Amino acid sequence: MTSNQIKRPLGLQLLIYGFVLLWFILAAFPFFWTMWGSFKVELDFFSKGDWTHAISGVRTQAVYGESFTGAGYEGAWIQEEFWRAFNNTAIVCFFTVLTSLTIATLGGYALSRSGFRYSFWLLIIALVFRALPPITLVSGYLLPFYEWNVWGLLPTTIIVLVAINQPFTLWMLHSFFQTIPKELDESAKVDGCTQFQAFKHVIIPVMWPGVITAGLFSFLLAYNDFAVTAVLLNQDNQTMVPKIASFMGTTQTEGNVMFAVAAVVSAIIPLFLLVLFFQRQLVSGLTAGAVKG
Amino acid sequence: MNHKTFFWFFFPTALAMILFIALPLTSIVSQSFHAPHEEVLLVAEICDPFGCETESTIDHQATEQLKQDKPLGRWVGFEIYADRQHLAFKEVAQFWQSRPSFTGFISSLNNLPFYRAMGFTLTYVIVVTPLVILFGLIIALAVNSLHRHLKGLMVFFSLLPMIVTPLVGSLILFWMIDARGIIGSGLQEIFSDPNLSLKASTGLTWITLIVYGVWHSAPFAFIVFYAGLQTVPKETLESAMIDGATRFQQVIHVVVPHLAPLVAFVALIQLMDNFRVFEPIVGFSAEAHATSLSWIIWNDIGQEIRLLSSAATTSVLTIIGVVILLTPVLIRTWREFNPEK
Repeated sequence: MTSNQIKRPLGLQLLIYGFVLLWFILAAFPFFWTMWGSFKVELDFFSKGDWTHAISGVRTQAVYGESFTGAGYEGAWIQEEFWRAFNNTAIVCFFTVLTSLTIATLGGYALSRSGFRYSFWLLIIALVFRALPPITLVSGYLLPFYEWNVWGLLPTTIIVLVAINQPFTLWMLHSFFQTIPKELDESAKVDGCTQFQAFKHVIIPVMWPGVITAGLFSFLLAYNDFAVTAVLLNQDNQTMVPKIASFMGTTQTEGNVMFAVAAVVSAIIPLFLLVLFFQRQLVSGLTAGAVKG
Repeated sequence: MNHKTFFWFFFPTALAMILFIALPLTSIVSQSFHAPHEEVLLVAEICDPFGCETESTIDHQATEQLKQDKPLGRWVGFEIYADRQHLAFKEVAQFWQSRPSFTGFISSLNNLPFYRAMGFTLTYVIVVTPLVILFGLIIALAVNSLHRHLKGLMVFFSLLPMIVTPLVGSLILFWMIDARGIIGSGLQEIFSDPNLSLKASTGLTWITLIVYGVWHSAPFAFIVFYAGLQTVPKETLESAMIDGATRFQQVIHVVVPHLAPLVAFVALIQLMDNFRVFEPIVGFSAEAHATSLSWIIWNDIGQEIRLLSSAATTSVLTIIGVVILLTPVLIRTWREFNPEK
């Protein structure tokens, strides 16, 4: 474990490297395989006879004269208008993250600075809300949303996603604010600031690491959501994940599986970049709740 | 912070949660006690030389009016809870009376949608959660012993299965295990059975979903344990080593106890997340062999005529399940907060 330990026996060393390699393949291979395959024709991607075709692209070459083709992407993005879904996802994620963070920052800060008993209960209620599967709430939205004629619209979905994200974001920011010493804003209050002024001048400048981390998770929840977006959005406003799900229904029959493969790869790339640039924040966010216990 | 300031800081988030979590909860509960209106019938007696007949026609206007006046439907009490789609008291009692054996009883319960979904959901939770913890721990121990540069790379790739959208992740694996996909045809090769399909039998479908579940969640456990491993006290490890503990004993007696609180944390999160298992069933098109509680709610809502009452009833039952699942945690937190006097 530690570097100053006695050297590991060779057998153990091999076992460890073997296991790490196995896990590496399990974790990464499916993504690379699908990304590579998304530039092939269906007969190559699903090549029953000879799996090397999926790598070399023999049939793709036969059809397009090259071993790579963007046909799947063209079909998905232009013919099936996946760009529309991409735009919708961008809009939904942007506003969900913005709103979630704004209100959860205030709430999480208040929870961390209030020693009263009800703040404990509020956290417990948030925990129970966090545990509810989102789909259980969805049937409760439909009737009122039909009644008010707001079903199918992006703003409705954004508000719902913000609310569903709140418990989690609140917990995360609460534990983050607890790591900021209370003395900081208390001394500002002694100097004559109101609570809000103390928050604004003392806490806001130092809160960004925690807020960015919470924002990443809030983004992931909105980006990955399927239950809420699939039920609450109409055809035109669909985001990427429900759009991919509806591809599954239509393309399977039309033989356009490659459209769905291209769409899936397109939906993974932003996440790939996210992990690439924010790995440290993601790791710290995952462990934030744990360290507190 | 005084009550008033607290209120204003907390107000926006509280409003969001009350309007879109608490109120929908109450509306689900009330919806679950209401069934859709029956059509209003106009009964007319038509008499001709051969006698009189009563004939009923649907009064569309009155039906519409009724639907508008009472959008929830008509009050039916616990009727929906007891029907065949949900708790199915009548059928269960029947099965129990005519049971050939206990296992026979269990397998006949499998014909009832709610119990079928419950069966898979609980199996999934019970199998996936410990496996995730175990694999996460092994991966963390293995990665932690690597060279510094390799560690970062492994963390990066390990995050992918967890970060990726569940539906997308399951679709990727679904295409690979397809009979024409690389894993599917590879398995056929290995077992030299050209008809082998992971989608064809219930057992294999369950295994596929569980493997997906572990693949998806093990990274989470890994990251948490990996972070925990960085804080294992070196002195304790060294003294264990001096006392002659083997590597394995060091792990069991020093590292694992140190990680115990983290195991509890991972278990809690995993219980909550695995209980809502849903997207993989859609992604793997597995509904013929495995359904979950979330999936049957989704299925009810997705019908041409949205079966809101049925969906609401399953939702209420699911929420009761979540609360039961959380009770030990809540009791523990309560005890910690209220130390015995």
